[in-house]
Amino acid sequence: MADAPPAAGDAAAGLYRTIALIRGFEQRAVELVRSGVIRGGIHPCTGQEAVAAGTCAALRPGDVVTSTHRGHGHVLAKGADPARMMAELAGRTTGLNQGRGGSMHAADFAVGVLGANAIVGAAVPIAAGAAWAMRRSAAYGPGTYRPAAADGTDRVALTYFGDGAVSQGVVLEAFNLAALWRVPLVLVCENNGFATSMRPQDTMAGTVTARAAAFGIPAVTVDGMDAEAVRDATAEAAARARTGAGPSLVECVTYRFDAHHTWEHTARPRYRTDAEVEAGRARDPLEVQGARIARATRAAIDAETAGLLDAAVRYALDGPHPDPATALDGLYASGLRPRAGAL
Amino acid sequence: MPNLSYLKALNRAIGDEMERDPAVCVLGEDVGVAVGYATAGLLRRFGPDRVLDTPISEQAFTSFATGAAMAGMRPLVEFQIPALLFLVFEQIANQAHKFALMTGGQTRVPVTYLLPGSGSRDSWAGQHSDHPYSLFAHVGVKTVVPATATDAYGLLVTAIRDDDPVVVFAPAGALPLREDVDFGALAPVPLGSGRVHRAGTDVTVVAVGHLVRDALAVAEELAGTVSVEVFDPRTLYPFDWRGLAASLERTGRLVVVDDSNRTCGIGAEIVATAAEEMRLTAPPRRVTRPDGAVLPFARELDLACQPTRAQLRAAVEKVAGVG
Ligand SMILES: Cc1ncc(C[n+]2csc(CCOP(=O)(O)OP(=O)(O)O)c2C)c(N)n1
Repeated sequence: MADAPPAAGDAAAGLYRTIALIRGFEQRAVELVRSGVIRGGIHPCTGQEAVAAGTCAALRPGDVVTSTHRGHGHVLAKGADPARMMAELAGRTTGLNQGRGGSMHAADFAVGVLGANAIVGAAVPIAAGAAWAMRRSAAYGPGTYRPAAADGTDRVALTYFGDGAVSQGVVLEAFNLAALWRVPLVLVCENNGFATSMRPQDTMAGTVTARAAAFGIPAVTVDGMDAEAVRDATAEAAARARTGAGPSLVECVTYRFDAHHTWEHTARPRYRTDAEVEAGRARDPLEVQGARIARATRAAIDAETAGLLDAAVRYALDGPHPDPATALDGLYASGLRPRAGAL
Repeated sequence: MPNLSYLKALNRAIGDEMERDPAVCVLGEDVGVAVGYATAGLLRRFGPDRVLDTPISEQAFTSFATGAAMAGMRPLVEFQIPALLFLVFEQIANQAHKFALMTGGQTRVPVTYLLPGSGSRDSWAGQHSDHPYSLFAHVGVKTVVPATATDAYGLLVTAIRDDDPVVVFAPAGALPLREDVDFGALAPVPLGSGRVHRAGTDVTVVAVGHLVRDALAVAEELAGTVSVEVFDPRTLYPFDWRGLAASLERTGRLVVVDDSNRTCGIGAEIVATAAEEMRLTAPPRRVTRPDGAVLPFARELDLACQPTRAQLRAAVEKVAGVG
């Protein structure tokens, strides 16, 4: 969300504001799941907000991101309107995707969010392709996506993926392609300690950074609870990408505070103890960043954020439900209408 | 009049579109030296920025094309083997195809997937002989199977210009075909428009891809006994239902010859739709591969799994009530 580099104090407050926004958004979204307004549940990113806030603070408006099933933070940090995001989760026509995508497919091309993705790892090669295309002026063909603030051909793509995703073949294939063709891509692995119930040591031989190293991709591991550390590492990776030197990887070590998916709130599978979760919560990115700004500033941001999010919930609830007759409108960009299922 | 081969038609279509639109680019394995011929000369003409030899990473480069398309490019992806479509079904059916709807119309994914040499290549055995076009029609990905060199040119041009993903099958059985054409008359062929190759009044034979030639041969054999109309849908999805209905208005009898496996093949859909909505005066028939066919290696066995002219002739006679 950062345009020009702001003063240090503003930057710290800006990061806090984004973290607080995501935290409050997820709290309200979980409530709306409980009350049945949001159907299908969500994958909350609570505890991981510093990754979204820090990475997006290092990007420019013309840069693009792809996200995951746990993507609310990424979408908001890149600049999507929280009200339209909440309306999307509620399946309303006022949502970002007009109620066609929901939590796992939220997209906002106007701010460079090329979509969350429900298939683990699937967005990584998509981001690589977008990054490659953005380097080329020919990509600005007639009627094609063009960011509101196009800033030349040194735009980069950033792709988020979890620790579980680094065991997907297509992710490693994409590492190879991106490195081989030096595409301007930033690879952000959110290592939140779990792939659903499984820990990285249960599913991953070797390490995330060693996988990158195998392709000659520079990789660092940072404290994913510290938004400033995340921002600085991402800024370095993005700068490298902009100069044409190719992709870099940033592994952000974080912790998922809430459920893998909200079904856990009722099903309660046992794969970690309450004590472990308590220990994980000890380093809360909201507190880490909150401690860096003045108390009064923090209180003012909290109050503003609460007001904004309450308004977002009202906006979502006020949005119209879509007309069933329009269910497959837009299935084809060319306007082709599919045959109906019953005549 | 110049003579155009089917493969040269594909090659010409790609070259013409790359000339016309700088957003068109080509990705695939060995496309530089063009082992499949369809991309011959393109690297020299358009350079490595637009003609990319890829690592053997079908899943990644297929979705790479999706991302490039979302950022404004119009990629054509070539696959060396039709069975590779099984590898990238996720990337085409579950990613590229779904973005327009899932994003609420925020993006489009204009990617063309080209399969030069689909179906049996004559004893290439189990993993090189599939013809999975019905799968793509089933999931609603635009699916094209040109039967002639002129249509190969016209349909590939349209596929590249289309704003949605399109899979183009170029059957191995059609690749050797040549046609005398006036190059100036080569033109885009719209998706969803069939072509009547031979008019007739007794039986409509719907033939897909390389089987059009077999259908024409059978029609000729039967001339004098049964008047056969040969209808080539050219595009399997979207399908030219109106064109088929018009043909059945004339004939009232239907045989489909289709190189899919029998269960859930496109032939099943054609017969079902005709039965539900069109004029039929006799029960329709299909000539297809057997259920679940894995093409065996030995030539006799490979051929035993493909629709034959004899089978088609018998089906036409049965439906026409002769012989
Ligand atoms: C390819 C694929 N396999 C399985 C699933 C089901 N699934 C959804 S999330 C998930 C775990 C993903 O773990 P990770 O990538 O670490 O992300 P996290 O959930 O921790 O954010 C699984 C297995 C899926 N969506 N996609």
